[in-house]
Amino acid sequence: MVSVTRVQLDARRLLCPLPVIRTQERVEGMAAGDVVEVLCTDPGARHDIPAWCRVNGHQVIDIEERGDELVITVQVGEAT
Amino acid sequence: MGYNGRFNRNRVVVPMSEPRKAVALISGGLDSLLAARVMQEQGIHVEGINFYTGFCVEGHTHAIRKKDRDKPKRNNALWVAEQLGIKLHIVDVIEEYKDIVINPKHGYGANLNPCLDCKVFMVRKARQWIDEHGFDFIVTGEVIGQRPKSQRADTLPVVAHESGADDLLLRPLCARNLPPTRPEIEGWVDREALYDFQGRTRKPQMALARRFGFTDYAQPAGGCCFLTDRQYAVKLADLWKSRGERRYELDDIMLLKVGRHLRPRPHFKLIVGREDGENRFLQGYRKQFVHLFPVSHKGPLVLVDGQVDDDDIELAARITARFSQGRDADRVEVEVNTPNGGSRTLGVEPLAGGDVPKEWYL
Repeated sequence: MVSVTRVQLDARRLLCPLPVIRTQERVEGMAAGDVVEVLCTDPGARHDIPAWCRVNGHQVIDIEERGDELVITVQVGEAT
Repeated sequence: MGYNGRFNRNRVVVPMSEPRKAVALISGGLDSLLAARVMQEQGIHVEGINFYTGFCVEGHTHAIRKKDRDKPKRNNALWVAEQLGIKLHIVDVIEEYKDIVINPKHGYGANLNPCLDCKVFMVRKARQWIDEHGFDFIVTGEVIGQRPKSQRADTLPVVAHESGADDLLLRPLCARNLPPTRPEIEGWVDREALYDFQGRTRKPQMALARRFGFTDYAQPAGGCCFLTDRQYAVKLADLWKSRGERRYELDDIMLLKVGRHLRPRPHFKLIVGREDGENRFLQGYRKQFVHLFPVSHKGPLVLVDGQVDDDDIELAARITARFSQGRDADRVEVEVNTPNGGSRTLGVEPLAGGDVPKEWYL
């Protein structure tokens, strides 16, 4: 059975594109299928992280609002 | 029988069937979009690179002020990458970039914009990146004469040379006005299919955009960096002057984008939130600054940047009251908080509008 790594990334108070950059740095070295939950407060991240995922082959599998915070769940794609 | 392939600069064997690989500097504007697209048209594998300096207008502008939250939100560099169908690598250069802003070898433009040093820096970073990632050359959307400092006939060679990119730097939009680069000499790209744009006119770019079917694109034209903004540059210069040295941290340059900045005394400055979005953003700095807000009336969160005594605090409270809904009241209660958690309330008379000199505003 393949184990999936699930990590949290605290990008609260960071303004875009820093949440994207921190996500990019966290995803680097992770395996396809692994999951990163990005905690953000910048509403721009709701658009920028999915856009970054689309162009780089990753997938946003959930976006949840928790008060003023957003939790964007990213599944790492295959390296190309 | 000879080897039917080639070595790239890192001595990695690249089969002839694989396309040459270029990294394109993607700002999010039209020129870099077109330059990358021209390369794709020639069968080059293109990936984008975008450098985040901390001064980029992208991103923050929508995030803070409530009135801007209704505007379409997109990071133009990411949007360009999506239009092109290419990967985009966003690189954090905040720390390294400080030296470019503080000590630009080629000086500043009209404000505190070190455009030529900035371009050299970014192309140098791209040069390192292609070595690390096995790419063949670098592409930019530069056009001779497009920008007054960094894109002139005499400065384009400076960028190529000082960055170390030399003939691995290709500018597809004006290449035919420049000496052939290695990608052209080696036949990786067809020079005849490149362009000879020059000058400040945008018409050739718009025509090329139409040919490629791009109808929606950002037009930053130098407006992609806060350092080109006069008011922002005034605030940054004031920050340096007040500190007696030219240095900054990321929080400093973020705060320069937010609120009204007033310097009532040489030794302290106030940052006054203009609306709820800014007040919420400034709340994140409560543990770093003395801060005030009115409690008897609705009003702004105010950060105090500097060392202050009781007289200064009273003045700051009266200014806070001035920008509150109690500005016409006889008295406004203002809560004063210190970063270590101390708190007290002052009852103050709001400063009259005429008592806030224009010179206080940065």
